[in-house]
Amino acid sequence: MGQIVLEQVTKSFGEVTVIPPLDLTIEDGEFTVFVGPSGCGKSTLLRLIAGLEDVTSGEIRIDGRPSASIPPAKRGLAMVFQSYALYPHMTVRKNIAFPLRMAGLDKTEQDRRVKQAAAVLNLTDYLDRRPGQLSGGQRQRVAIGRAIVREPAAFLFDEPLSNLDAALRVGMRLEISELHNRLKTTMIYVTHDQVEAMTMADKIVVLRAGHIEQVGSPLELYRAPRNLFVAGFIGSPRMNLIEGPEAAKHDATTIGIRPEHISISAEEGRWSGVVGVSEHLGSDTFFHVHQTGLAESITVRADGEVSFKHGDRIHMTPRDDMIHRFDDKGSRIA
Amino acid sequence: MSTKASRSAARLMLAPAVILLLGWMLVPLTMTLIFSFQRYLPLRGGFQGWVGFENYVRFVTSSAFWPSVQATVIIVGGVLLITVTLGILLAILLDQPMWGQGMVRILVIAPFFVMPTVSGLVWKNMFMDPNNGLLSHLWRSFGADPIIWLSDVSMLSIVLIVSWQWLPFATLILLTAIQSLDSEQLEAAEMDGAPVLSRFWHIILPHLSRAITIVILIQTIFLLAIFAEIFVTTQGAFGTRTLTYLIFQRVLESQNVGLGSAGGIYAVILANIFALLLMRIVGKNLDR
Amino acid sequence: MARSVTLQRKSFNTLIAWIIGLLLFFPILWTILTSFKTEAQAIADPPVWFFFDWTLENYRVVQERSNYSRFLWNSIIIAGGSTILGMIIAIPAAWSMAFVPSNRTKDILLWMLSTKMLPAVGVLYPIYLIFIQLGLLDTRVGLTIVLMLLNLPIMVWMLYTYFKEIPGEILEAARMDGAGLKEEILYVLTPMAIPGIASTMLLNIILAWNEAFWTLNLTAARAAPLTAFIASYSSPEGLFYAKLSAASTMAIAPILILGWFSQKQLVRGLTFGAVK
Repeated sequence: MGQIVLEQVTKSFGEVTVIPPLDLTIEDGEFTVFVGPSGCGKSTLLRLIAGLEDVTSGEIRIDGRPSASIPPAKRGLAMVFQSYALYPHMTVRKNIAFPLRMAGLDKTEQDRRVKQAAAVLNLTDYLDRRPGQLSGGQRQRVAIGRAIVREPAAFLFDEPLSNLDAALRVGMRLEISELHNRLKTTMIYVTHDQVEAMTMADKIVVLRAGHIEQVGSPLELYRAPRNLFVAGFIGSPRMNLIEGPEAAKHDATTIGIRPEHISISAEEGRWSGVVGVSEHLGSDTFFHVHQTGLAESITVRADGEVSFKHGDRIHMTPRDDMIHRFDDKGSRIA
Repeated sequence: MSTKASRSAARLMLAPAVILLLGWMLVPLTMTLIFSFQRYLPLRGGFQGWVGFENYVRFVTSSAFWPSVQATVIIVGGVLLITVTLGILLAILLDQPMWGQGMVRILVIAPFFVMPTVSGLVWKNMFMDPNNGLLSHLWRSFGADPIIWLSDVSMLSIVLIVSWQWLPFATLILLTAIQSLDSEQLEAAEMDGAPVLSRFWHIILPHLSRAITIVILIQTIFLLAIFAEIFVTTQGAFGTRTLTYLIFQRVLESQNVGLGSAGGIYAVILANIFALLLMRIVGKNLDR
Repeated sequence: MARSVTLQRKSFNTLIAWIIGLLLFFPILWTILTSFKTEAQAIADPPVWFFFDWTLENYRVVQERSNYSRFLWNSIIIAGGSTILGMIIAIPAAWSMAFVPSNRTKDILLWMLSTKMLPAVGVLYPIYLIFIQLGLLDTRVGLTIVLMLLNLPIMVWMLYTYFKEIPGEILEAARMDGAGLKEEILYVLTPMAIPGIASTMLLNIILAWNEAFWTLNLTAARAAPLTAFIASYSSPEGLFYAKLSAASTMAIAPILILGWFSQKQLVRGLTFGAVK
């Protein structure tokens, strides 16, 4: 079981309020991602749940139990740190067994669980090495191994992939997702990378300055961002935001249209502009179009084979049903 | 970065060290302060009444006071000057590529391991003795009259002995600091055409400033308290009576605890002024 | 450090460095050599260097005159004991300051260091009285406690600088893994900080071994360590250089040997953890 409820939780460091009152429920078995720019309080929130920091006020309940007086060790949570935080003086085997040793399990049971975890994570051949002799991806696996042997009520991940190179990151993303599918344990995952959030989460929590901007499934956030911040944060490349007369036509202060919802043509379209930089990814091509009279630059996605050159004049047509409208406070107009 | 539980644990674990040091500092100091206002001669009748500031006045007006402050300053200052200057030069030398670097380093550090009583006695007898000392042999072999080190140039002798003991320490800290200097930075300066001397002034020396501060701080702590080197050589004669030694004589040799305690309080005040100055500098340097 | 230099330059450096190194080491070397000479050879002019009748006579005489092993044992107990006792108090304190810093941490650290500046002589008599009261005068226990207190600030300071280098996340991981405070310090922090702890201990053994104010003033016959053993040679007594040398060699040899074998930790320790 691993339901986690946050009720009117606040956190301040001295005079500085990092998290204003915040409510959130994470259901058992859910993969929840906290996402937001750096300094938004997402890591602090995770550390509050872990018990590495005290809440200033409010309550965190883990499986219905108020956790205020429970030290981190007794919360039944396992955490994977950004730096992996492996014990450099212990072998992989000892690292993974450490939580079991702390829990006072007997040697044979420790051994059995370590072997099992190592098999799952492809670490069997490395059990007698020390962390210093492992690659980044392997260290990451050891950190995860150390977390899973405890059979925790929930896993906490604090930007676990940010120290890995791009290729490894994609691989580890899949592995963690698979792990979740197999274990069906609650996972809370903190990242600043919206791609990680979109690909892994059952539920995304978008944070800014300690506030929850929106909670929902990846597609809900993609389809109906509640405000300009979420609209700008979720989706890659970013949503185009247009103000002024064009927005007024839709009875809004700002309208947003994603690059993938604009079609382009050489001959005709509602808007026009001059091609600046074009990024060819093979499968897709992104054009950055200038001199549109709408915004400084409009990003448009086109098929990989479409080729316009720098300086070509092109025409663009947005899909009307995909236009997001926002009012003067930046909130979505339904 | 912590919870209430870990903060209270931290306080609990810090407590023994703080309480012990506080007691170590306050209890004897309070007693010294009390004695300093008494006429107290343990061997001649013990406590003989309160005398107010008489001991303080007597201590500063005694002919031995200012010379002892002077001696203290000369020894501390002299040793710092010699060890820091030679330490920098030696550190730069040891940083150069050479054969047997590790061995040379051991040779240079070795004097630090020698206990002060040994180094005092060895220097006094085997090197500085006017008749049989090695230095006298050396002087005579050049046809010169041997120097009577510990009486004619007593201060210089003490400074030399103490410097010999502390040079290894200064060298080692400065060497460690130099080794942490980015050699690319030096190479860049070399490419820019900076001559050797200006590379030293503008790159090496500023880089060493923190290390030099630390050398000065730690050495001063130990140098203000040097005792054994004087105890086994001159016994405070020939102008080598430092404040520490003067107070020691008042308390233990003439058994005038009241007077000695007043001197002790002066020493504490002087040390605190010194400490405050140094802490200022080091406190700033600590942040880096 | 990968700068290339000419062979001449390197030879020149080597020559100069060795000359200076040997010059600094010379007093120790000379003492050791002299300890194997006869008294007459010890003061010979011109000096005899290596070619003399090596003799162990001086060591025998010194041992006869004062029981060396008793002083040695006292030194070992006092230096070792004060270091171990100090570490037991300093490690938790340094843990607190390094991993749970408050805005007073730096002040406390500097204050601790400033107690080192307290002139020992200013509190000599009170300590003397307290020692008499508690029956600690001329006991190893008393001296162990005093030297521990004397070096405690340095131990805390050094451990603090070493602990600061250990990422806090690892200790937090241990906390998440179910380690209590005791396990965290015993199984995770201490093993990781072994090099720093070793350096700190070594330096403190040396400082305690060589401490000569309190050891001279608070001991008499029973608890006197090697500093006092050697101080008994401070008044000249006829021809005594060879015997003095033998006694000196015996007093410094244990530390020189210890230093030799633990050079790496010691070099690190000698910088008081203050310079990286």
